[in-house]
Amino acid sequence: MNFRDIAWFKYSSPASFYFLAGKMIPWFWAAAAVFAVAGLYIGFFVAPTDFQQGEAYRIIFIHVPAAWMSMFLYVVMAGWAGIGLAFNTRLSSMMATALAPTGALFTFLALWTGSLWGKPMWGTWWVWDARLTSELILLFLYIGFMSLQAAIDDPRRADRAGAVLALVGVVNVPIIYFSVKWWNTLHQGASISLMQAPTMAATMLTGMLVMALACWMYSIAVALMRVRCIIVERERHAQWVSEMRGQLK
Amino acid sequence: MKPRHKKLMFIAIGVAGLGLAVALVLNAFRSNLVFFFSPSQVAANEAPQGRTFRLGGLVQQGSVKRQSDGLTVQFIVTDTAKSISVEYKGILPDLFKEGKGVVTQGKLGTDGVFRAEEVLAKHDENYMPPEAAHALEQAQKAQKTLVAK
Repeated sequence: MNFRDIAWFKYSSPASFYFLAGKMIPWFWAAAAVFAVAGLYIGFFVAPTDFQQGEAYRIIFIHVPAAWMSMFLYVVMAGWAGIGLAFNTRLSSMMATALAPTGALFTFLALWTGSLWGKPMWGTWWVWDARLTSELILLFLYIGFMSLQAAIDDPRRADRAGAVLALVGVVNVPIIYFSVKWWNTLHQGASISLMQAPTMAATMLTGMLVMALACWMYSIAVALMRVRCIIVERERHAQWVSEMRGQLK
Repeated sequence: MKPRHKKLMFIAIGVAGLGLAVALVLNAFRSNLVFFFSPSQVAANEAPQGRTFRLGGLVQQGSVKRQSDGLTVQFIVTDTAKSISVEYKGILPDLFKEGKGVVTQGKLGTDGVFRAEEVLAKHDENYMPPEAAHALEQAQKAQKTLVAK
């Protein structure tokens, strides 16, 4: 199939994307459930105890995927917001708005689970090292993006203002990722990177990656559900929405 | 060039410019962003004098001594080049171990002993089951004896 044969622009219209998303959501939920069950099973029953941290290391099965998602979702959100700003496409801006709460949730999860783990392992709930501080800034960026959009009544203006904030904040993502390399921090370096072999036993790694997949599927499912709500809310005066409402009655 | 492509280029240049600015600022603040100082930096007088700072490094093998009161601990923090003795009274974190990373916060006394108010364990990015760690240790020992021979 040729790249040009796919009706890309058909699905950039909120009306047709609404129905496409509706069809995809159950599949992503199902995949999320399967991966989560498999990941948690590997994490709790298959993966061995760590030689230093004992059982406490099992935090990585949620902490690491959550931290990855928090950074990745921000980049995706800023990307959609930027496309919306540049090309004035309504759906891309709606996608950015739909991703923000999920990103904020994962950022909070990463900070919270890290803190719970930090007390017994490091000896403190919180330190102001570069990794932890930049991740906290990421949480504030998500909250700032959502509050800014909520504060402006006109959705198109809210999209543009939010997009500028999201794009400015994107510089924080590489800072978070490389903070453990650039500065000496209390947080340890990355166990997994593109350049080197992972410094982690294979079953532990498998569990973590499967959990990361579960988080991906969950994020896509909830983002699609949220974007459907936003579409209906913003297009409530459009004819296709009133037709759909007519069918429901 | 279409207006929307112009806009996209404008955004791309804006983000790139901002990234560059942040990179330069962070580079300028590099020395202010350190979480801890190593014993070598302390020896070179790079750490603040008479003020609280953090000292980080490895706990030297065989250097941990407990006082008779059961709470005060003495150990040596080293970065393999220089080392500093540390005194601390309190509970040590689980991961505190000889040969492992540690970050302590406190003041350097005039006698050269670092009096810590807080001891945090810094661990590495290696995760493996205890059997694997043991096997690795054995292999390293074997390697050493081979080299020695």
